[in-house]
Amino acid sequence: MTTEILLAGFGGQGVLFAGKILAYCGLMDSKELSWLPSYGPEMRGGTANCSVCISDEPIGSPLVLAPDILIAMNQPSFDKFVDAVKPGGKIFIDSTLIDSKCERDDVECYYIPSSQLADDNALKGGSNIILLGKLIKETNLFTLDTMKKAIEKVVPPSKAHLIENNFKAIELGMNN
Amino acid sequence: MERNLMKGNEALAEAAIRAGCKCFFGYPITPQTELAAYMAKRMHKAGGVFLQAESEIAAINMVLGAASTGVRAMTSSSSPGVSLKSEGISYLAGSDVPAVIINVQRGGPGLGGIQPSQADYWQATKALGHGDFHLLVYAPASVQEMVDMVVTAFDRADKYRIPAMILADGLLGQMMEPVSFPEISTNNYDKSSWAVDGHKNKREHHIINSLYLKPDELQNSVYERFERYEKVKAEETDAELYLTEDCDILLCAYGATARVVKSAVNSAREIGIKAGMFRPKTLWPFPVKEINAAAKNAGCLLDIEMSMGQMIDDVKLALNCSKPVHFFGRTGGVIPTPAEILEEIKKVGGAE
Repeated sequence: MTTEILLAGFGGQGVLFAGKILAYCGLMDSKELSWLPSYGPEMRGGTANCSVCISDEPIGSPLVLAPDILIAMNQPSFDKFVDAVKPGGKIFIDSTLIDSKCERDDVECYYIPSSQLADDNALKGGSNIILLGKLIKETNLFTLDTMKKAIEKVVPPSKAHLIENNFKAIELGMNN
Repeated sequence: MERNLMKGNEALAEAAIRAGCKCFFGYPITPQTELAAYMAKRMHKAGGVFLQAESEIAAINMVLGAASTGVRAMTSSSSPGVSLKSEGISYLAGSDVPAVIINVQRGGPGLGGIQPSQADYWQATKALGHGDFHLLVYAPASVQEMVDMVVTAFDRADKYRIPAMILADGLLGQMMEPVSFPEISTNNYDKSSWAVDGHKNKREHHIINSLYLKPDELQNSVYERFERYEKVKAEETDAELYLTEDCDILLCAYGATARVVKSAVNSAREIGIKAGMFRPKTLWPFPVKEINAAAKNAGCLLDIEMSMGQMIDDVKLALNCSKPVHFFGRTGGVIPTPAEILEEIKKVGGAE
């Protein structure tokens, strides 16, 4: 089985970083996986997105066109990708920055005010990780343990002091 | 073996260093810049030289100079930058100096775009510069293959004294996949008969040269090179054959496109169409016997590329036009989807 994940938001919101954490989760669990960023001019201020595939088999195209899971971090990304999600898929929405409600009834939507939560808990820039916390709670893709290990791997040694904050953000996401 | 996560561009760089590349000369261009950036960080720690040249033309000529001394040297670029390098590549070939050149293709012609493309197939396999010559051309389809093929490219370039190219694309360069670095045992080819590495007057001096003013001398030098090409054609072809034993329709694709095609082949099998795939790993020499083996029982072929159709020429030539070869391609940076390839398979193969 292959799970296709699309993460989308503004450049600077940590879309690629969150995708990297998911990719490393796959690595930790000995899965097949791929991670593909958008690398066009859009990553400098416009919408940035990132495709992640997690599978038990070798990955074909790493480009996710119809995701099983969408993480939408801003309004343009939500508008652009909401209809692309596969029926039965799940959408995780930063409801601080996205006003609209999903009108589809064949997908499950989770509205989390992740930007607000990050600000309230002194976790500036942690909205992406809060959404990942919600994701592992609502899917059985990865365990909390796997994700913690992945974070320890992805955060560079020079920023090791931020690992605890990332753990806090995940727990916030799981409990909201 | 430990699995790491790496971008294709970074994996190319790390593999080159492990293969004993001591000199890297480059110039930034999307979508291959991470390769040069990685080299900038790592090369000096590995005891080599990283230099950002003032232009692509300067970089390829630095490769010519460095490789002439017998060290392993490399440059990398993307499509428009490779065009700039073509004069230097022809000089490398004409001087029988081994080196590795990487092309992480983007859309063209002209400045084109920065999204993945395979529109440089003709350039890479037929005319990477003026004159009668070929390069060894390798086409990876995964980050792991990028590692493996860089190692092979350096080895075969030295073995045959023929420059080698890795023809990748923006998709492979930008994506991350698990990769492991095998223990690399590099062959040390004896370059003492030609390398210009200093001789303290103890031997005749060596000359690296591609200028022959007497036509028969130039002809002889080209003849000699083509004898080596024949050996390469006999010994160095490589291809992946996927579900080809019983296939009615044989898809042909290389590089990133082959990943998409494989998904489509699997979907076709699920609905009862016997599809298979031929994926050349060497583009020059083209795997002629391999494609003939793969196409043995197929009624027709379907060639898929991220271009308007370039490899299809070699597919038809390899089969002597003995079977119909259909084509589907996207270009300009558009990546074909498994669904649209499946539609094409149905159109040409599932009719009966």
